[in-house]
Amino acid sequence: MKETKNILLVGVGGQGTILASKILSAGLLSAGYDVKMSEIHGMSQRGGNVSTQIRFGETVYSPIIGRGEADVIVAFETMEALRWIEYLKPSGKMVINDFEIPSVPIQMGAAEYPKGILEELAAKADVSVFRAGAIAEGLGNSKTMNIVLLGALVKVLNMPEIDWEQAICSNVKQGFEEINIKAFRAGEAQV
Amino acid sequence: MENRHLLTGNEAVARGAYEAGLVFASAYPGTPSTEILETLAAYKDSLYCEWAPNEKVALEAAIGASLAGGRALAAMKHVGVNVAADPLFTAAYTGVNGGLILVSADDPGQHSSQNEQDNRNYATAARLLMLEPADSQEAKDFTKLGLALSERFDMPVMLRMTTRVCHSKSTVTFEERGEISIRPYEKNIAKYVMTPANAKVKRAKLGGAIQAMTEYSNSCDINREEINGTDIGVISAGVAYQYAKEVFGPEASYLKLGMTYPMPMEKIRAFASKVKTLYVVEEMDPYMERQIREAGIDCIGKDVIPEYDELNPDIIRKAVFGEEAPALHSDMKAVVRPPALCAGCPHRGFFYALSKRKNVMVTGDIGCYTLGAAPPLNAIDSVVCMGASISMGHGAAKVFQQSGTDTKVVAVIGDSTFFHSGITSLIDVTYNKGVSVSVIMDNRITGMTGHQQNPGTGLTLMGEPAVEVDIPLLCQAIGLKKENIYIVNPLKLTEVDEALDAALTKEEPCVIITKWPCILKKFTQEDKAAFDLSKKKCEIDQEACKKCKICVKTGCPAIYSGDVISINGDTCTGCGICMQVCPFDAIKEVK
Repeated sequence: MKETKNILLVGVGGQGTILASKILSAGLLSAGYDVKMSEIHGMSQRGGNVSTQIRFGETVYSPIIGRGEADVIVAFETMEALRWIEYLKPSGKMVINDFEIPSVPIQMGAAEYPKGILEELAAKADVSVFRAGAIAEGLGNSKTMNIVLLGALVKVLNMPEIDWEQAICSNVKQGFEEINIKAFRAGEAQV
Repeated sequence: MENRHLLTGNEAVARGAYEAGLVFASAYPGTPSTEILETLAAYKDSLYCEWAPNEKVALEAAIGASLAGGRALAAMKHVGVNVAADPLFTAAYTGVNGGLILVSADDPGQHSSQNEQDNRNYATAARLLMLEPADSQEAKDFTKLGLALSERFDMPVMLRMTTRVCHSKSTVTFEERGEISIRPYEKNIAKYVMTPANAKVKRAKLGGAIQAMTEYSNSCDINREEINGTDIGVISAGVAYQYAKEVFGPEASYLKLGMTYPMPMEKIRAFASKVKTLYVVEEMDPYMERQIREAGIDCIGKDVIPEYDELNPDIIRKAVFGEEAPALHSDMKAVVRPPALCAGCPHRGFFYALSKRKNVMVTGDIGCYTLGAAPPLNAIDSVVCMGASISMGHGAAKVFQQSGTDTKVVAVIGDSTFFHSGITSLIDVTYNKGVSVSVIMDNRITGMTGHQQNPGTGLTLMGEPAVEVDIPLLCQAIGLKKENIYIVNPLKLTEVDEALDAALTKEEPCVIITKWPCILKKFTQEDKAAFDLSKKKCEIDQEACKKCKICVKTGCPAIYSGDVISINGDTCTGCGICMQVCPFDAIKEVK
């Protein structure tokens, strides 16, 4: 693969974007790709928005993705999908978790959570929307929502040659391998 | 393949230091540099590392370790180098014994900083050999090289990182730890005692050192040419080089600089002569461009590329070629998601009580509690730098006294920031008969940077038990009267109000210590014994709720104000602040 692929995971602090990106990059690395990954730390733990950028290919230079350059965006939260839409390649794919987390101005009643985001984005881009939170809860562990979303992302990337189960097992806590693999497969089935 | 590891730049610096036989490291936590020492602590069987109370202390300790013959490192964020600048400039005179490296982690774009200074200017001002890695492999390699060069040129080396190099992950190959023995120590007054007479001699010798380093800079392979086409040549360093490669592509030629002080001007001149148009691509100041122009070489740089904020390929492409990638656009706007004090944060209760006070100027400081300035609390008037709350508050109170207004001053500072540089400020207050109220918000940890130990927590970086600074006793020792020190639970609003009432009416220095652990902290046995940290939740009785929204004004992210006011049971920790402010008794604690 000559061309570098760009993936963007966006969400809210605490949603598990970092673990998902860790598993993704472990899988890509095992397949021999050059991988770069960029996160902004700092105040995210305090309820701010978070983004993880992953680029892979033969040789990757910049660790960050520009506007209109992401091949796939996975939005762990609905409003974050709207915030990052400009980063999607017009021919790219957006996977959206139908899951709303109001920000502080919304909670205080100073702003309203935008209505109709999913319809707006579906009219502009190739999107897949599902409720990863409900799926994870149905599997018995709501914390695996991030892995459900990772499953959907991997399906979109279409890289069956990579041993994703191995990548999951070496990055999740011992004893949680099986539930995370289930979550991953459930996510794959969504797109 | 198995030896390839995906590391952040910070993790790679730690790995490089370990491989280079480092024996001593000291730092004060600061984004984006913090993880360097956290990663080094994993190698504690082979080396010693510590959190220092501030960056000046960290660098001085590293200088001492170097003089004693060990390879040493000090790491800090860009503004930390300001604190450490005093020893830094003179360490360039004394030189080293064991290799000494200072890691400066700059923050272009101010992701988590109060300013955006370009610390490459320190290298020129202090005349320090400077290396700038562009990815994690270079971060590891340059750390090792830097320690060796420090010994070769008898000079401290500055490893200049930026947020994207610190926090981006890329692949790194590991090597074994080298067999580097600690050098013998020899007393050498002329070299290490910087009295004016000795320092003048050392100052005169700096020129020779710079010349030797310049020769190295012109010949080393980390300053390398990549010759392709002759139309465009690009000189770049650090992460900006990666961006330039994306923008200018394989047709352009590059001079990629890994060592940027002293600049390799001969190499630059030779490169410039090979290309028609020369670009200098760098983040922040025209640091390289200025020197290149001074050498009489024409180039395009900051006349098109922005000289503040973080760069990225988009910005450079637009600046140089006027091109933008086609992008999707929506007229709908996402609501901002500003950071906020966490649900259950012990600072909230204190700031809520403080925000109700009229005629009070609140000087703030650097840490999580800076968020007390955010709406709806709006409880802070100023934030400048580490430790400034108490000293700025002192100065302000002296002026309010003279202007005859009855405005009172409250300074707020966290425990770790107090140890960093608040103690000397508080001595200023007691020594000079100040009248401001200083509040030490002791949440038992260094919160904002992700929970590092500090001199008040009872543990070291390497996980060993340590003595705890006794804050009330320290305050007494520097001149506060015992009856003017109030220790309160910030989650009890009555306690906070009583302490504020008392302190604000006294015409002498007062300290309020709010003591409660950060809700995100991994609690120690001591924490569990000293504080009631049992799991609780609060709930709103919808029949009793009159929707007055007073609870919403605490700014708690667990409280949701929609058609009804409700509390998110997943994030609520039962701190009880909302319960105390509710005038209708509609909020109850539930198990």
